[in-house]
Amino acid sequence: MSFPWAKNYEPQQPLMKWLDEKLPLPRLVYNAVGAGYPVPRNLNYFWNFGVLACAALAIQIVTGIVLAMHYAANAGVAFNSVEHIMRDVNAGWFIRYAHMNGASMFFIVVYLHIFRGLYYGSYKAPREMVWLLGVVIFLLMMATAFMGYVLPWGQMSFWGAQVITGFFSAIPLVGEPVREWLLGGFVPDNATLNRFFSLHYLLPFVIAGVIILHIWALHIPGSSNPTGIEVKDEQDTIPFHPYYTAKDGFGLGIFLLIFALLTFFSPNTLGHADNYIPANSLSTPAHIVPEWYFLPFYAILKAFTFNFLWVDAKLWGVIAMFASIAVLFFLPWLDSSPVKSSNYRPLYRIFFWILVVDVLVLGYCGMQPAEQPYVILSQVGAIYYFAHFLVILPIVSRIERPLPMPNSITEAVLAKHADAPSEATA
Amino acid sequence: MASETEPAAVIEDGVRRRDFINIAAVSFAGVGAGVVVLPLIAQMNPSADVLALSTTEIDISAIQPGQAIKTSWRKQPVFVRNLFAKEIAEAKAVPLSDLRDPETIDQRTKPGKENWLITLGVCTHLGCVPLGAAEGENKGDFGGYFCPCHGSHYDTAARIRKGPAPKNLVVPPYEFTSDTVVMIG
Repeated sequence: MSFPWAKNYEPQQPLMKWLDEKLPLPRLVYNAVGAGYPVPRNLNYFWNFGVLACAALAIQIVTGIVLAMHYAANAGVAFNSVEHIMRDVNAGWFIRYAHMNGASMFFIVVYLHIFRGLYYGSYKAPREMVWLLGVVIFLLMMATAFMGYVLPWGQMSFWGAQVITGFFSAIPLVGEPVREWLLGGFVPDNATLNRFFSLHYLLPFVIAGVIILHIWALHIPGSSNPTGIEVKDEQDTIPFHPYYTAKDGFGLGIFLLIFALLTFFSPNTLGHADNYIPANSLSTPAHIVPEWYFLPFYAILKAFTFNFLWVDAKLWGVIAMFASIAVLFFLPWLDSSPVKSSNYRPLYRIFFWILVVDVLVLGYCGMQPAEQPYVILSQVGAIYYFAHFLVILPIVSRIERPLPMPNSITEAVLAKHADAPSEATA
Repeated sequence: MASETEPAAVIEDGVRRRDFINIAAVSFAGVGAGVVVLPLIAQMNPSADVLALSTTEIDISAIQPGQAIKTSWRKQPVFVRNLFAKEIAEAKAVPLSDLRDPETIDQRTKPGKENWLITLGVCTHLGCVPLGAAEGENKGDFGGYFCPCHGSHYDTAARIRKGPAPKNLVVPPYEFTSDTVVMIG
């Protein structure tokens, strides 16, 4: 699963030789993220985010396991057990704030990872499977984050659970029974909290499993790169270790710095004050908003305020919201241009940036109450979102004339360094 | 001996004994696995103690005309509203063709008790509790209830008039056990 010039694992010590014969785990690691994995020599810092996402998942799993030692998943005591963690458990405040903000950091790096994939065409052949598995990971992350947010059993937890399970009641005929089945009651209650805790503990390990598949699928063609040109020979690559372990290590330092700033100096900025009020099934907070990472999708849900074609507004909203993620599964086939990198796609690049702005506008609208002008703004934003993938992308990829491309990664690198000869010695 | 008879069997009906046993065994295992899944799915449905909370008795004697109270049934909020004659008239003046979920106020109240509007306080969109039951809350553009989550407006008969909700606020099963006591459920 690699290039023919990949370095071979050769254990020196007798113990490692013995281990390699019985269980070649060090060999697996060496070939996956060690010197045995050749990587294009021209990766920029946007290629850090996969490793950072793994780091974020590891932090979530470690802090989460520790929190589960102190948390009680019972509707009567859940809220107080979180306060107990915050006030009484040694360093509990730190572990909880790290877990809370760790979720945000995880989504930040994953959104940047997706941004990288969209800009540099990483979803294209021969890496379609890598992309598909990535979308699966994204969906699992959203489910895990949602269920985790319910656990403190505050007002936002409760009403978030009520609204999100309400999506399923939009399904014709079976909707309401499905919702009751998911909740284990008529409203979110103890049964709901218990099952969400169970699944919130399970899903991160499922995510870890799918990440292994994601990396496995990636390592068959090898990593993509900013030019989008495939590796042609040995001079196009360098070993993952030490070159990219060092580069990722630097990125990890920056990531941890920002994470620490958020956790220690501004731990509640990305949360909602209402979630420090215990859940009350008889009173909805005046303004309920999901966590920031769901806002663009929430705006698409809210954009449908009218019945259309025999389908009611509620079902349209739910269909559109799920479709906005499902459309990503078809991306490798909606974009038929053989050129991967936007650096060589002048027309696509314009629409790509409009999409970025569109998603940010949707995110802003998702935060606002269901009033004008935000309703019309989210409607326009939602239409553009789907138009980008279903109309603009297929057309642009057919009519666009790409810029002239270098013949190889090495040629691209040398051309860049010809402008700055003093650095070309590297 | 078996090896002598087997080829003949294949020619006769095209089915080998081994194929039959294979299909029968796999089908039986499949049905067994399916049956085992059933309790694993069923355990997620509301349990007996949750279902047991299904009737609530409410004393409505203290609710003045124009007032409403919020109570709960099956842990869901219930609005009990004593309508003004003006509000009933307003609801009756609306042609059914203007309604998304056409229902008259008579269909939504009990005969002779049409001033008592009893509905679930659960927005039919995504389940938030609409405002308008307590004094001073926003009653929306139609003077009934307003859901702050996604902006659904209900009229004085708690019928959906504007916004994303598909249905009127649900009228739960209930009956008057006396002039001042209502049994919901």
